Amino acid sequence: MVKVTYVAADGTRTEVDAAVGSNVMQTALDNDVDGIVGECGGAMMCATCHCYVDEGWTEATGTRRDGEDDMLDCAADEVKPVSRLSCQIKLTEELDGLVVHLPEEQV
Amino acid sequence: MRDVVIIGAGQGGLQAAMSLRQDGFEGTITLIGAEPGLPYQRPPLSKAYLKSGDAGALQLRPESFFESKQITLVEGTWVDSIDREARRVHAADRVFSYDHLILATGTRNLRPPIPGAELALDLRTREDAARLRAALDRPMRCAVIGGGFIGLEFAAVARALGHEVTVAEAAPRLMARAVSPETSARFLAMHRDMGTRVHLGDPVCEVREDGISLASGTRIEADLVLMAAGVIPNTELATAAGLAVDNGVVVDAQLLTTDPAISVLGDCAVFPDPATGRPVRLESVQAATDHARLISKRLTGKADAPYAAVPWFWSDQADCKLQIAGLAGAGDCSVTREDGATFRFAGERLSAVETVNDARTHMQSRKRLAGAPVLRSALEAAGFDMAGV
Ligand SMILES: Cc1cc2nc3c(=O)[nH]c(=O)nc-3n(C[C@H](O)[C@H](O)[C@H](O)COP(=O)(O)OP(=O)(O)OC[C@H]3O[C@@H](n4cnc5c(N)ncnc54)[C@H](O)[C@@H]3O)c2cc1C
Ligand code: FES
Repeated sequence: MVKVTYVAADGTRTEVDAAVGSNVMQTALDNDVDGIVGECGGAMMCATCHCYVDEGWTEATGTRRDGEDDMLDCAADEVKPVSRLSCQIKLTEELDGLVVHLPEEQV
Repeated sequence: MRDVVIIGAGQGGLQAAMSLRQDGFEGTITLIGAEPGLPYQRPPLSKAYLKSGDAGALQLRPESFFESKQITLVEGTWVDSIDREARRVHAADRVFSYDHLILATGTRNLRPPIPGAELALDLRTREDAARLRAALDRPMRCAVIGGGFIGLEFAAVARALGHEVTVAEAAPRLMARAVSPETSARFLAMHRDMGTRVHLGDPVCEVREDGISLASGTRIEADLVLMAAGVIPNTELATAAGLAVDNGVVVDAQLLTTDPAISVLGDCAVFPDPATGRPVRLESVQAATDHARLISKRLTGKADAPYAAVPWFWSDQADCKLQIAGLAGAGDCSVTREDGATFRFAGERLSAVETVNDARTHMQSRKRLAGAPVLRSALEAAGFDMAGV
């Protein structure tokens, strides 16, 4: 298990225990965290799982995957350098303590 | 409005419940579904789940979600009838009253009237997929009836797992209802390269214990036969309640039936295509969820604009991710760009864009199709670059 913290657009923080091997989108849904929609179930089709990786974690989460840039182009909220599709961030032991910020809009 | 009842706890029904809470609806929400268990997503059933068997990843929301959002999920319960006069729905001996009713009953697998059809397996529900997965545990000769998205996705997975696969399609090309001849040809080549046998223009006329027979007389030996010959919308409740039904439950651009207390969404809804006004029925996650959002906005008084979402769809077959933006009519012509992206036109108007492993063009198309019509002449002038129109 690793810990992931979601910071909602209004600043509310939710810390959850997540399974290694799951991803940041699925973990949010499984733990009832609002602010991530994940409409396509992680198929990289919908851009409704947009998140901003906390500045301290960008190195650990790595770079965007192939095609992620193009999908993010259509995200509902502002896309920043730290923007990722949360379904494409797979949880590993190294990501224990990860903090992601959620946009106001997903659709 | 106090009580909303939703019949059908699939992806669209659940989205309607979630959107209503997001939009601030404070009345009761009762989500009634015939299938047992928590609502789940179907797309992975013919893709990731068939490979991984990870049933947990199918679930759309955990049990705690329904409590925290105060959504009453009534699972494993079949609704028998709608009493429009009394605004009640009946499920065996239970009765649910509504101020507004949302029909989200989806579709079921089509069983063509051919001898032995009952011997074939389906791929529609979580149970169906679990059964298929278990069958693929040992080497199998698989025969797939129907070369549409679901049949081909199954074929790609089964073939990649090393099974022998034959696809039999009655139409002269694959996915004929949904894609251009160019895209059909591309996928035909891909499946044949994988070692899958594909029979086109040759309807299946019999299913036997040991395989299937085609109209041409060809017999295909198989241990497992999958029926993927399309679906029929679940409209019986609506018909019995006197609502208009024509290949689906007919609604207006607000997704309302002629009864102002009943909306319809998703796979079972026939609604005016925003681009043409033509009645259409779509089978996609996008339509089900966008319908749900519109209905919720209307019921909570947040918006009342007509439905205008651009359709989009995807299908994963082996390492080809097919993406479709827009909606082409059966007779729309097509132009294929050098890199394989295919543009479809209804007369002068761009109706759809089909791409494979090209998220950029797909997303550009989705954005652009949401605006004013794109004309063929403009696209030609831009060298078929979506960014240039
Ligand atoms: C194998 C497979 C793969 C797919 N892949 C994709 C894909 O890649 N991309 C995509 O966009 N779409 C895909 N789809 C289609 C997508 O899953 C559907 O469009 C979507 O589920 C439609 O949602 P819905 O809510 O309208 O209907 P459904 O999800 O079908 O839900 C309807 C529910 O209503 C219930 N019901 C019906 N009648 C009654 C009654 N009288 N009482 C109580 N309950 C009732 C049914 O049991 C069912 O659970 C796929 C579908 C399948 C089967
Ligand atoms: S869940 Fe759809 S792109 Fe991430």
